[in-house]
Amino acid sequence: MEESGQDVGRAVGSTRAWEAVVAGIFLAFGLVVAWDSHRLGAAWGSDGPEAGYFPFYVGVLICISAAVNLYTALKAGAEGGKPFVHWGQLKMILTVMVPSTIYVALIANPWMGLGIYVASALFIAFFMRYLGRYGWLRIAAVSVGTMLAFFLMFEIWFKVPLPKGPLEAAFGFA
Amino acid sequence: MEELQHLFGGFAVALSWFNLMLMFAGIILGVIIGVLPGLGGANGVAILLPLTFSMAQQPGGDTSAIILLSCIYWGALFGGAITSILFNIPGEPWSVATTFDGYPLGQKGRAGAALTAAFTSSFVGAFVAVLLITFLSPIVAKFALRFGPAEFFSVYLLTFSAFVGMSRGSPFKTIAAMMLGFAMAAVGIDTVTGQLRLTFGFTDLLKGFDFLIAVIGLFGIGEILLTIEEGLEFKGAKAKLDMRVVLETWKELPRYWKTSLRAAAVGCMMGIVPGGATPASFMSYGLAKKMSPDGEKFGTGQVEGVVAPETAAHAAGTSALLPMITLGVPGSPTAAVLLGGLLIWGLQPGPLLFVEKADFVWGLIASMYLGNIVGLIVVLTCVPLFAAILRVPFSIIAPLILVICAIGAYTVHNSMFDVWLMLGFGIMGYVFKKLDYPLAPLVLALVLGDRAEDSFRQSMLLSQGDLRIFYDNGLVGGITTLALLLLFWPLISRGLDLVRGRRPRRD
Repeated sequence: MEESGQDVGRAVGSTRAWEAVVAGIFLAFGLVVAWDSHRLGAAWGSDGPEAGYFPFYVGVLICISAAVNLYTALKAGAEGGKPFVHWGQLKMILTVMVPSTIYVALIANPWMGLGIYVASALFIAFFMRYLGRYGWLRIAAVSVGTMLAFFLMFEIWFKVPLPKGPLEAAFGFA
Repeated sequence: MEELQHLFGGFAVALSWFNLMLMFAGIILGVIIGVLPGLGGANGVAILLPLTFSMAQQPGGDTSAIILLSCIYWGALFGGAITSILFNIPGEPWSVATTFDGYPLGQKGRAGAALTAAFTSSFVGAFVAVLLITFLSPIVAKFALRFGPAEFFSVYLLTFSAFVGMSRGSPFKTIAAMMLGFAMAAVGIDTVTGQLRLTFGFTDLLKGFDFLIAVIGLFGIGEILLTIEEGLEFKGAKAKLDMRVVLETWKELPRYWKTSLRAAAVGCMMGIVPGGATPASFMSYGLAKKMSPDGEKFGTGQVEGVVAPETAAHAAGTSALLPMITLGVPGSPTAAVLLGGLLIWGLQPGPLLFVEKADFVWGLIASMYLGNIVGLIVVLTCVPLFAAILRVPFSIIAPLILVICAIGAYTVHNSMFDVWLMLGFGIMGYVFKKLDYPLAPLVLALVLGDRAEDSFRQSMLLSQGDLRIFYDNGLVGGITTLALLLLFWPLISRGLDLVRGRRPRRD
């Protein structure tokens, strides 16, 4: 981690903009909740409250509070102009989120699921190489070692089955 | 002294070799969890919860399982102090106030004294809270046996109103986050009518959102993202604790008995009412600063400034379990996860637990005493070991924590969809944290949503839709009034400020 994280690069959106976006999402979500509950019936049925009775008011409350939050965000003074996140920080976050997404996709997918152990070993290896710049020997020791320990712990000791792939199958673990 | 009898029965349950071993394992795991960024009490317990499924099925196993999980919680409470004092990184939000004086003490070469003071006062705070639980919880439970649905709903209302009233941020953000939790709790099959709610035809949504996934994502992944954004470098004071320093500090500590007592009282109060450990620690630090003769020196490295927040945080963290076991209403996210554990093991938290599963409840209470003693011993002897964990480079720790979170999310229901959900919750947790949307009410609403809704519907059925049922008698009316007072507290306090002629505070 060469970057100190503070004031790296330009800002990506102001706090005000992000507040408004999030409040907007809340508003949309609240409308969806209220609409779907209304569809189910949010009134008093023959045998008491209908299924949408409680969630309808939850949806309405989300809409009200989101509207207030939206208003507060838009009228916020100088404070709202503060940057939400700097580009350098966002880059760090993406270097975690993108590999994490690929990692989860690798665990199980319709084409070639590697299983959680192999995918995790690759994931740890990637991080150690990309962020830590370790030698391959040490990377192999840490990634394979921890996954072997996890395998013993989950599959053998606690008998909690995790997703497995072709490698485990080759050793006779289905 | 019926309680003492029960308590001794509980000690008999908790004092088996197997349970003692679990206590040690739980505390050590808990401290590690508390020290690592991205893992905390709530998601640490959530991740390890699936491992207890098979343990809880054996006879008496549910007691062992809760001992393991609650000890992880105590360990995490202890662990937060280590990183605050040595590295100026609060491992947990309730340790932020500990950094104010703890870190300067460490810089002055008195890290040992700060750590000893932190651990000892944590222990004292927890001990006071456990005493309170021992003698108060049977009374509360007996009282709550008379509760009907209306009373329960008013208690839920009180819980959630407390979040609004005590939040330091915008009350509308608290309400938005909380209602989001309620809405997510409603997703899936309606338990009363069997209708599908908010699923929009997606089969993956049929079983709804599991709060354990939310906890792992929001607190685990979200926290990692925040940590990475700050570009963490671990630069810490040396951690060494020899017996001499410990004894010297212990000689100094009795001087601060007033601060300790005040802090423990603040902590217990804030813990029972869901406000939680974090505000308790700040409040107690502020009080100590105001009332101590050395008040002006606070912030430069005063032992007393470590004692106050740590005692309060532990007292609050421990007493948060009181409403959880007596009413089934958790006071903190971690207590909520423990409550989820009870439900999964097939126990019904609430007043009946004291009648039907007395050995379980008293085993748990006895284990709180023992667990904190074990905890104090473990942390006092193993500090260098735990501090060494933080010296493991982040490029190894971060992927490991992510892998552990993924495994934890998968094992809840053996479902890959949950792992994807966890990633989504992670991004949500990161954005919410940055914009000051509180996560605790969201998680609590997700846990309690169905139960709150059930009690509301049942009360409405009883009264045929008349809201006056919540003012039907003194008991329910009192709780409802208190809840409404707390709910509108932000407005009331602003009004009071205006009346007194002060400029209203901007939140």
